[in-house]
Amino acid sequence: MQLTLWTYEGPPHIGAMRLATSMKDVHYVLHAPQGDTYADLLFTMIERLPRRPPVTYTTFQARDLGGDTAQLFIDAVLQANERFKPNALLVGASCTAELIQDDPGGLALGLHLDTPVIPLDLPAYQRKENWGCAESFYHLVRQLLKRQSANEQQPAGAKPAGPSCNVLGPTALGFRHRDDVIEISRLLKDLGIHVNVIAPLNASVSDIERLPLADFNVVLYPETAHTVASWLEREYKQPFTKCIPIGHRGTIAFIREVLALAHLPVNEALIDTLSERSHASWYAASVDSTYLTNKRVFIFGDASHAIAAARVAHEEMGFQVVGLGTYSREFARDIREAAALYQVKALITDDYLEVEDQIAELHPELILGTQMERHIAKRHGIPCTVISAPMHVQDFPARYAPQMGFEGANVLFDTWVHPLMMGLEEHLLGMFREDFEFNDESAPSHLGGAKKSPAHPSTETHANEPDTVVSPSTPHPSLQVQAPLALQESPSESVNLSGEQKMHELVQVWTHDAELELKKIPFFVRGKAKRNTEKYAKETGVSNITIETLYEAKAHFSR
Amino acid sequence: MNTVIPIQVANKESTPTPGSTHQISQERGQREVFCGLTGIIWLHRKIQDAFFLVVGSRTCAHLVQSAAGVMIFAEPRFGTAIIDDRDLSGIADANEELDRVVNQLLKRRRDIRTLFLVGSCPSEVIKLDLSRAAQRLNAQFNPAVKVLNYSGSGIETTFTQGEDACLASLIESFPVVAHRDEPDPDNAHKKLLIVGTLADVVEDQMQRIFKAMGIHGVEFFPGRNSQHVPEIDERTVYLLAQPFLADTAKRLDARGATRLPAPYPLGVQGTSAWFEAAALAMGVDDAVRDQALLAPRQRAQTATAKHRNLLQGKKIFFFPDSQLEIPLARFLSNELGMQLTEVGVPYIHRQHMAQELELLPPNTVIMEGQHVERQIDRCEAAHPDLVVCGLGLANPLEAKGYTTKWSIELVFTPIQGFDQAGDLAELFSRPLTRKHKIAA
Repeated sequence: MQLTLWTYEGPPHIGAMRLATSMKDVHYVLHAPQGDTYADLLFTMIERLPRRPPVTYTTFQARDLGGDTAQLFIDAVLQANERFKPNALLVGASCTAELIQDDPGGLALGLHLDTPVIPLDLPAYQRKENWGCAESFYHLVRQLLKRQSANEQQPAGAKPAGPSCNVLGPTALGFRHRDDVIEISRLLKDLGIHVNVIAPLNASVSDIERLPLADFNVVLYPETAHTVASWLEREYKQPFTKCIPIGHRGTIAFIREVLALAHLPVNEALIDTLSERSHASWYAASVDSTYLTNKRVFIFGDASHAIAAARVAHEEMGFQVVGLGTYSREFARDIREAAALYQVKALITDDYLEVEDQIAELHPELILGTQMERHIAKRHGIPCTVISAPMHVQDFPARYAPQMGFEGANVLFDTWVHPLMMGLEEHLLGMFREDFEFNDESAPSHLGGAKKSPAHPSTETHANEPDTVVSPSTPHPSLQVQAPLALQESPSESVNLSGEQKMHELVQVWTHDAELELKKIPFFVRGKAKRNTEKYAKETGVSNITIETLYEAKAHFSR
Repeated sequence: MNTVIPIQVANKESTPTPGSTHQISQERGQREVFCGLTGIIWLHRKIQDAFFLVVGSRTCAHLVQSAAGVMIFAEPRFGTAIIDDRDLSGIADANEELDRVVNQLLKRRRDIRTLFLVGSCPSEVIKLDLSRAAQRLNAQFNPAVKVLNYSGSGIETTFTQGEDACLASLIESFPVVAHRDEPDPDNAHKKLLIVGTLADVVEDQMQRIFKAMGIHGVEFFPGRNSQHVPEIDERTVYLLAQPFLADTAKRLDARGATRLPAPYPLGVQGTSAWFEAAALAMGVDDAVRDQALLAPRQRAQTATAKHRNLLQGKKIFFFPDSQLEIPLARFLSNELGMQLTEVGVPYIHRQHMAQELELLPPNTVIMEGQHVERQIDRCEAAHPDLVVCGLGLANPLEAKGYTTKWSIELVFTPIQGFDQAGDLAELFSRPLTRKHKIAA
């Protein structure tokens, strides 16, 4: 049993949901208790999908456990098949259903539906989300292609003329997958390589059936696609890429690799032209960027993104990598190899508390991590950028913002540098430490400039310090959009008030009770409430502002 | 549209026939609602010295964290003890493991005064006895930390019922007050208790009105810290502030307290009747009562009236969620003139909902339980102007052109009382306003 305050990955059936939701014509019937439908919100709200995830849940309750839950599941499969008419059905159990052992796979297969049924066995108490996604993708592809060859069918459509590849791994709820696919597809096309199928994102069952037509596979995300790619290599002799196209140099290495797999000559002039899309290397070499040199950076995330980030940090930005880790134990070896390059000890853990301890010990100047590390960073007052899942709604920006390719290199430069204090400002702070306004405690001025949250008082591994009370700190201005407004409001407000008082000669007095009442209003609308109340009081000739006044004003101004 | 508002007779002793003209149907199928663990999201903010430890799987941890996702605070006052293979196969003793995890937690968080062990679907299916665990740990940590347990599992609780289970467990932990034999003819020792989580500002507003009516010593349960034990005995009368507290009410009744039947304090009508029930029970003079309610009522009427133009005559459809659907439907129909197409509720407590059902327009279509696919079909056939539904359905419906009001906002926003009546109306008018503003 593990005390978990935050979990980096969801349970494995969430990975299966990501697969089903990525595809156009696949439906997932999940045997699960009431409440597991929370997962729909991950797609509709974090990724803002404009459609329901294609999942049917049995949502059994206590009263059902006394009866026939297997029948509930069978009914759900039949109804879903009838209503949604999918071209493939994934069936499985979530953690609780796994315990009641109804064998959803066996039950569904026993119905002898025309629709291909792919049973998923995802042990919920051993495995996690990425593994669940990779495993489900593998079983889907394998079963569909086996069925095709068993029926002696050929994939629909002709083999593409000229070199071609599939792009494997992008999914729903993937970190910047939407934009990475656009960027890399464009890159491949510019290199003269035809993109046969992209899967599973926006793929259909017939697309899966066409996978064997390509010459090789591009594995964008090993976490989700490695198992499928390995199998396709064994079955269809399709080699697959190992380079992840993140960062300027990473993208160039990827280009060389795909040209080799496509048996195309290396056109250096073309590579130069394409790489001009990235300003990152010039910006990193700009004379003012020396303030970035040897900045101490701690990196944590899924293995592929963490390893790529470490390379960019070290080779392209001149940072000093002081920590490198991942929560993906399946990739421990890769992370250890990478960590050795920077002479740091790899951190392999899915325990948020351990990550926090290491950060506290290392005092990095920048954290590149997941949303979990962003929480840690806030508490410690350290600048942070999110580079990997787990993520939140802010990590699905409206604008085009890939992590991969040459545009990705631009995005990385901009987003990693943004939370840091700018070079010249750093110099001025260093020279004039006694400044009452701009000092070590200030946040960067381009981020609001207000007082930073204090670094955590105990810089030792506080988890082992029994007397340290952990208390919530005020949000770091750089990491919360609204905070700078709220923090700036108070000082300027009092200036305005005395100014207004002098001008209008009507002295408005807030009663003590009214002031206390005002404080109950959330901070982000409090300023407006105060102004409205004073305005209303002035209009009605009231000089003594009471609680009644506050609420009269509220009713008066309510829209 | 029927504008007749049935006359509410506040002092009827017998339980009124619950809305016999309404069509209450039941259906079963996929329920698109949260489990009771979700209640932890607001309970841990309300009861500030408590910690909620879910004993469950990674699914539970993932749910609670995702539901709380918008809250970017330092360290949450909730977590999950994740059961793994070793616990299930018996290699590790699950109870020993749980004790170890609790010790680890309490060493790290010295500020915790009450620890709730919250049962989940997996812990119940494997029959992990959390009440025994709580007793054991209580013996170890009391009085520094009180250890309680309740079930928030989806197989036992639907969404807001998680709060019911939590409050019931708190009441169970209170010492039973010695039976008082002294006569109390003037009801001088009668106490009023308000039951159900409310926003702090709402409690304070209500307290002011009670004081203006001359009702003193009103207590709110749950309190802002778990150490406070309200008086609960034969002299206690209580008002439910929330409609999902069946178990809590039962425990209060078992301790001799008396429930005051009333609608819920939403909107002018509901809030008035709610305060009137309190005034009646506590022997407040009618004139004093009316004076105390006068200004707040007028403010509420002014504030809600501003939304009537936009909402009047518009059709609204409710998917089941929090159990607040019936009082909300009543408010929107009676005070804002909305047309109710279907009111979906996870479950109807016939007694606790009786006064509300009486106030609904006759022939309101009410669906208890859910089969989400059929309900979506009925919703689309009804062509509603506004759909109240969960966040799993809202964006997909918006993409199809429906205007939705996301239901969880109603649980996370202060909506009770006179001074929030306008805010409550605005929650429903805003989606329509937005549609006007940004529609092509």
